[in-house]
Amino acid sequence: MALTLADVHRIAHLARIEIDAAAADEVHSKLLAIFAMINELQAVDTTGIVPMAHAQDVMLPLRDDVVTAQDQRALYQGVAPAVDGGLYLVPRVVE
Amino acid sequence: MAEPITATVAGQVAALRARKISSVELTGTLLDRIEAAQPVLNAFVTIDRDGALAQARAADAALAAGNAPPLAGVPIAHKDVLMTAGLRTTCSSRMLSNFTAPYDAHVVAGLKDAGTVLVGKTNMDEFAMGSSNETSFFGPVRNPWNVDYVPGGSSGGSAAAVAARLVPAATGTDTGGSIRQPASLTGICGLKPTYGVCSRYGLIAFASSLDTPGMFARTAEDCGLLLNAMAGHDPRDSTSLERPREDFTRDLALPLAGLRIGLPREYFGDGIDPDVAAAIEAALAEYRKLGATTVDVALPNVKLSVPVYYVIAPAEASSNLSRFDGVRYGHRAEVYGDLLDMYKKSRAEGFGAEVKRRILTGTYVLSHGYYDAYYLKAQQVRRLIADDFTRAYQQCDMIMGPTAPAPAFRIGDKTDDPVQMYLNDIFTIAANLTGAPAISIPAGFDRRGLPIGMQIQSNYFTEARLLNVAHRFQQATDWHLRAPVMCREATS
Repeated sequence: MALTLADVHRIAHLARIEIDAAAADEVHSKLLAIFAMINELQAVDTTGIVPMAHAQDVMLPLRDDVVTAQDQRALYQGVAPAVDGGLYLVPRVVE
Repeated sequence: MAEPITATVAGQVAALRARKISSVELTGTLLDRIEAAQPVLNAFVTIDRDGALAQARAADAALAAGNAPPLAGVPIAHKDVLMTAGLRTTCSSRMLSNFTAPYDAHVVAGLKDAGTVLVGKTNMDEFAMGSSNETSFFGPVRNPWNVDYVPGGSSGGSAAAVAARLVPAATGTDTGGSIRQPASLTGICGLKPTYGVCSRYGLIAFASSLDTPGMFARTAEDCGLLLNAMAGHDPRDSTSLERPREDFTRDLALPLAGLRIGLPREYFGDGIDPDVAAAIEAALAEYRKLGATTVDVALPNVKLSVPVYYVIAPAEASSNLSRFDGVRYGHRAEVYGDLLDMYKKSRAEGFGAEVKRRILTGTYVLSHGYYDAYYLKAQQVRRLIADDFTRAYQQCDMIMGPTAPAPAFRIGDKTDDPVQMYLNDIFTIAANLTGAPAISIPAGFDRRGLPIGMQIQSNYFTEARLLNVAHRFQQATDWHLRAPVMCREATS
C-alpha cells in the first residue's frame, strides 16, 4: 500500500490543491513517513470491533420541520470575494 | 495597584466588586502590557483596544448599578479559531486573513453574557494543526519562560498570554491536546471538558468528532468559573448535550481522602524526559500526602492513539476544509483560468504546508479502495482505546501522568519532521478519542527552568471532581504562582 508520487498528484487533484513537481516530491517524502507511522494500525486485530465514529453514542436530535433561519444573505455575502446582485461570482462554467 | 492586574480571574472579580480597580483601568493596563509584549511573544493576531475599553465601560456601569453578571469586567482573550462577531477571525491562516466573522461562537457569547471583556484574538497553529504554534501564517508564538522555545500548540497564543500575565484567562480548543500541551509547556492550567459539554457552534471546524472548546487559566478554580459560562446545551450544534446546569466549582474544597489515582505504565515508560518523570513522581507523592492512593492500571492500546488520530483527524479535516474554495469567503487567487483552476490556486495559496499535508493525508485515507484499511480500521482501534479507559475507571477515579513527554523544545527543532512533532501529543490524544475530560496543571520545572505539566484525566462529565482534584493540589503547592522573569519585571 506504499503511497506513490502519482498518488500524491491524484489526491492533490481530489483535494483541489495545485501542486508542482518540487512540492509533490517534498510532500511525498513527508507522507511516506506519516504513513509508516499510521501503518502500525494494520497489525492490530480488529475482527468484530464496532467502529467508534463519535465520542458519545447518542442519536442525532431532530427538530420540527419549520423555517427557523432568517435571511442573512447581505451579512454573509459581505465577506465573499466577489458578488453581484445577491449572487456569488465564479468563472463561467456553462459555455 | 499592581496586584489586581496580575490577579487570577477570581481575584479580579473580587477586586472589581470591591471597587479596588475599575474594569477600564484594569483593561487599559493589560492592553498596554499586551502591546508591549507583542513584539516579543507574538501571542496575538488582533488586539481590539477600542472594543475592549467600550466593553469595560459597560462592565463598570453594570458593577456600579449592582446588576453585574458573574465575570463582569474581567479581560480575557479568545483563540482565533472562535468566531467573534464584527472582529477579524483568521485561524492564523492566509485563507482567512481578512475574514470578519458574521456571528459569535456559542462559547464566545456565553463569556460575553458573563460580562468578560474581550481584549483580542490569540495566535495559533494554522487551523489548529500543530503542536508548537510554528505553522501560523502570522509567525510563531514564543514561550514567555524562554523566548527561544515554543509555547506548544495549537493554542499557543492563548497559553503564552495567560502565562505572561497579559490576561488572567483565555479560551482554547483541543482536538488532540491543543489546550493541555501548551498549558503544560507554559506552566498554567488548561482544561478540555467532556465532548458535548461546550457547543462547537462558531468554532471553525478542524476534526468535528474531536474538536472541544476549553480554556486556559492559572488555577483550576478559574477554569471552573469560565466553564460555568461556556457550558450548556446549544441546539445549533447537533452534538451539544442536554444536561442539567451545574456549578463546576461546587466541589473545589472537597477533601481527597479515598481518591484512587490510576497510573498507566504506558505513561511512565521509555522516552520520558527524566526531569518530567521526577516532577510527576513528586506530584504523585503530594497526592498521597493529601490522602489519595495509587493503583497501576493498563491502557494497552493507548500507544496507538497517535496513528489513530492521524487517520481520523485529517480525514475529518479534509472534509471540513473543503468549504474553503474562494467562493463564499476566504482567500481567492488573483489570477486563475476556469473554476477548477480557481479552486486549486486559491487553496494552494491560502493554506500552509502543514494544513495541506493533513488535507492530503485525509483525502488519501478516504479515497476509493483505502477507506476500510485506514478510516474504518482507525475507528475500530478508537473503540479499543475507549474500552481500555472504561476498564481502567473500574479501578480508579482519576488517571495521572505527564501531559507531554518533555518540556518545551526550541523553535525550529521539529519543523522538518512531522512525525516527531506528532509524537508530542502521545499522552493527550486519547482523551479526544474517548471524549472524556482532562486537565493539565503546573507540576514543576526542568533544569533549564522550563515548566512541566501533569495531566489528570477522569471519566465523562466529572469536570467538577477533576477541578477539585486539581484545586487541592494547587492549595498544597506553589508551581502555579511562579511567573516568568519577563512578568516579574513588568509587575515590579
